[in-house]
Order: sequence, then structure tokens, then C-alpha cells
Amino acid sequence: MIALVVDGIILGSILSLGAVSLTLVYGIVRFANFAHGDLMAVGAYVAFFLVNTVFATLDIPIATFGPLSFGLPMLLALPLAMLMTAVVAVVVDRLVFRPMRARRYATVMFVIGSLAVAFAIRALVFIIWGPEFHFYTQALRPALKLPFDVRVKPDQIFILLACLAMVAGLYLFLQRSKIGQALRATADNPDLARISGINTEHMMIWTWAIGAALAATAGILLGIDSQIRPEMGWNLLLPLFAAAILGGIGNPYGALVGGMVIGIVQQVSTAFLLPTYKPAVAFVILILVLLIRPRGLFGSEQRGF
Amino acid sequence: MTVEAILSSGLLNYLVGFLIVASIYALFTLGLNVHFGDTGLINFGVAGFFAIGAYTAALVTKPLPTGELARYTQQAFGLDQPFLVGIIAAALVSGIIAVLIGIPTLRLREDYLAIATIGIAESIRLVFNNEQWLANGSKGLVGIPRPLYDLVPTAYYNYVYLGIVIIVLAVVAVLLERMIRSPWGRVLRAIREDEVVAAAYGKNVFAFKLQALVLGAMVMGIGGALYAHNAGTISPSVFEPVFGTFIVWVMLILGGSGNTKGVILGAFVFWAIWAGTQFATDAFVPPALNSRAPHFRFLLMETLLVLMLLFRPKGILGEERFVSTLRPR
Repeated sequence: MIALVVDGIILGSILSLGAVSLTLVYGIVRFANFAHGDLMAVGAYVAFFLVNTVFATLDIPIATFGPLSFGLPMLLALPLAMLMTAVVAVVVDRLVFRPMRARRYATVMFVIGSLAVAFAIRALVFIIWGPEFHFYTQALRPALKLPFDVRVKPDQIFILLACLAMVAGLYLFLQRSKIGQALRATADNPDLARISGINTEHMMIWTWAIGAALAATAGILLGIDSQIRPEMGWNLLLPLFAAAILGGIGNPYGALVGGMVIGIVQQVSTAFLLPTYKPAVAFVILILVLLIRPRGLFGSEQRGF
Repeated sequence: MTVEAILSSGLLNYLVGFLIVASIYALFTLGLNVHFGDTGLINFGVAGFFAIGAYTAALVTKPLPTGELARYTQQAFGLDQPFLVGIIAAALVSGIIAVLIGIPTLRLREDYLAIATIGIAESIRLVFNNEQWLANGSKGLVGIPRPLYDLVPTAYYNYVYLGIVIIVLAVVAVLLERMIRSPWGRVLRAIREDEVVAAAYGKNVFAFKLQALVLGAMVMGIGGALYAHNAGTISPSVFEPVFGTFIVWVMLILGGSGNTKGVILGAFVFWAIWAGTQFATDAFVPPALNSRAPHFRFLLMETLLVLMLLFRPKGILGEERFVSTLRPR
């Protein structure tokens, strides 16, 4: 049981990162983006392409870092994949969502558009990389033995630390930087932000870029932890939304806690249920939250952060 | 050519099969039109109601497997009831699921229903996929009985089934059209346009939304039942989101959300486009990429929806404006 909780914390940290970025995007663009899981998949696949296809032909030392399963290629691929995924998200916004904003479409049209984008991304992943599972590496790394019969892979400790670092970085960015403050202002009240001289269209670009870069990181970390597959984005959608809503949608710090809770409950559920039921477990939590406390644990009546 | 030769020719057979499936998809589209076109509810879980309708009809009309077959097929029950009982049961069970999903979500923002319907559709598929005892797990059910099978020689049976499907489609379409032109239907449209105004006029917005959700889900359940009897075999892989849900959205938006004739037209037109892309991928995609070929077609479908949303959100026919059934148009 303790082992499952520990696994849950690792999964939870990845879900947290995904849910934080989902809810960040939601706070600014103001619709549920059903393509968010697939942005995670884009990040994971771009990193796979860089590490296993591009870098393999270059002269990059492939030695792994100590007990970790990856080395310099992955560390180089991570920022590049973040950048690529950010570009994908900004281009999608240009092609699909910005014209909708210009035409003052109702929220429902954005939501339907984002579902189309999600499936389009998945179709492209299938076309380019095929339906098979992929692994970043075949190397097996021994797990560390901790007290209480808990085994942790060194990779998993890296994942946890990386997620915490990313979220802390986001916190500092939102609190300290000029753009972060402008983003928060836009999330709070777009009209007020606009008359204060903030270019909200620029804020959209920043939001998509940052949200997608964080999503890409979460996707890559998930790939390091298990494997990458074309449906991964779709399967993540329910846990991500459950986490974001549990934490109070639009509230990144709530999403952090929400992701942890969902991750731990999902892993612990595998003691009683088949692991394939994990998305359904997230769905049950989601319904319970909607019934009992629809604004989430940390949601206020006003949205924003 | 004799009548017999014409009726049994390959091309005509293909056409009849095409029309049967297109009519079934037209039912899903009609159900989704009640949800989205009339009331503004986002249901991303059409596949769930499709699956529930299909499995309910199969389990209600199939007998329990016997003899050799029983060793390979498990099902929770098999009631061996007539076709019509199966249809009614399919509609009822879909309606009940809609009530359960509507209660926690319909008072909240529209995106919550969208998320919850994805969740219910995925959960239903996972349950049918993993619970062997319920309906034979991932292998699915075979030998679902076909209504009026002994009426004509087997080679002509599809004509009979096409007749049944068209009668059901016509009855459902006429009923929905009458309902939507009634005062009840006008409340749904008022809610779609502005919930707050509808509430200010003393309408119980939640109750009307729930009624619309249930009605649309029941129509989808009927569509699922007709699908099961046509295919004769169902398995969880049929109810994947792209094929069970997304395609119905494309048909709805293409034909004209909010227009009964439009959404039926959308189903037939898109099913024709879809069949056309099948020939195209067969002709142009190299065999080495066969496992990826369907995804070229999916990508086309997704691009089409985005283009429709951006450049012709009203669809082919657009919504009909009407005031009252009492006033001549």
C-alpha cells in the first residue's frame, strides 16, 4: 500500500504539472481546452524524435547520468520539445481560436474546436509515429530500496523534483515578472487589463506558449516514467480535468493539490481494480467533486489567481 | 435484367448497406441536435449512449448462449425478447444514464457537461471491455437477432431492414420536429440563447435541460439498438470516441445545427464523403502504411469540422427561424 502511495505521488506530480498548465490556460482563454492532453503527447513525441532519431545521428555522448535512465540527449531534447510544443499551440491558436475570438464566438464553439484539434493532433501522431508504444530507452535501472518495502526508481525522484521545480518556476514567473503579473491581471478581469494598457492578444500567445511548454514537460516525464503511445493524451484528459476541477478551475495552486490527490487515488485503486480503470476512477472523483463542491477545494466564486 | 438480378446486384447491395448505416447515424445526429442544436448542451459522449443502446438491445433480444457457444461467450443475461422490446429498453436505459449524468452537471458551466459526458462514455467502454461476465468483454457479442428475418429470402433481407430503419428515423424526426416547434421546444431555444433570461421568465432551466438531455440520449439509444441489430455483432472497439462521438458532431455541424432536415442531410452527406475517402485511401495510401491509413481520413474529418466552424458555422441548411406552430410561415 505504501508502495502504491509512493507511485501515486510520482504520477500525481506529473498530473499536477499537466493540471496546473491546463488551468492556467483555462484562466486566460476561458474555455476548457480538450486538446491539452494531446499537447502533452506532442511534447513526448517530439522528445522521442529528437533523442532516438536526430541526436542518434549526431556526435552526442549517450552516457546516462549516474543511476538515471537518460543522459545528455534527453536534457537537450527537453527544452527543444518545450519550444516546439509551444510553437504548435501558438500556431493552433492563430489558425483556430484567434479567428473565433475575432468573430466573438460563444464558448461552446471554442470547446468543440478544441476537441477537433485534439483528435487532429492524435491523428498526426498516429500518421507520423504509428500506433505502437515507444520507450525513450531500453535500459533497465535498478530501483532503490527504501524502508517499508518501498522501491523507487532514480528516474522517479528526478520526475518529482523536476515537477516541483517547474511549478516553483511558474510561481515565481507569475508573481515576479512583468508578464506574469499581466497574465494574472488578464485572468482576473480581461476588460480591466485591456484599459490598463495590457495587450490581451499578446497575453494569449504567452499563455498558450507557457501552458504548452509545461504540458510538454509533463508528457516527457510521463514518457520517462512509463512509455509513450498515441492515445496517451486522450487517456490523460479525465485525470487532468478531475485534478483541475478538484483544485478549483482557474487556480494553479489548487490544481497542484488536485493532481496529487488524483494521482494517489488512481494508483491506490489498482489494489482493488484493474489498472485500465484508472480514467474511470478519475471520472468518479470528478463527479463526486461536482456533486459535493463544484467550485473545488480552493476555488472562489471569482475565478483568477 | 430481371428484377431479381437487379435486387441482388453488388452495387445495389452496397447502396442499401450505405443507406442503413447513414440512417442510423442520422438518428445519433438527431439526438445530438436535441442536446446541442436546440438546447446548447455539449455532449461529447455520444459513443456512450450509442454503446448503452446497442448492448441493451443485444442483451434483451438475445437468448443466453447454449451448447458449444456457451463455452466462449459469457453474458450476464439474455432475455430473448422481441425487437421492439429491445428498442424500448435501449431508449429507457440510455435515458436513465442521462439523468444520472445530468444531475451533477447541468447546473454548472457548459464545459462541465462536456467533460462529464466524455467520462461516462469512456467509463462505459472500459466496463464493457473489462467485465467479461457482463457482455463477453473485449470479444463482444455475436449473433444478435435480426427482426423479421424470415419474411424474405436472406439475400433480400437488407431491404427489409432498410425499411425498418427508415420508418424509425421518420417517426423520430417527425416527433422531434413537433416537439421543438411546441412551447416546450421554444423554451429549450430560449435557454440556449440566454439561460438567465429564460430563468427570469419563470422557466425551470435545470428541469428543461434535463428533459432535453434525456430525450436526446433516448434517441441515441434507439440508434445504438438499430446499429446492433444491423451489425449482428458488437464489441467495445466500435464505441471509440472518434467513430462514436466525433463523426456525429461533424455531421451535425455540416448539416446545420438546430435544423431537423439539415442534420439528417448532414448525416447522409458526410457518410457519403466518408465512404468516398475510403476509396481514396485504398487507392492512394501505400500498403506499408495500411495501419495508419484510417488516420489520414480522421485528419480530413477534423480539418473539415474546423473549417465548418470557422467559415460556415450554420452548416449547409442553417437553422430555421420560426415563431409558433399556429402562425403560418
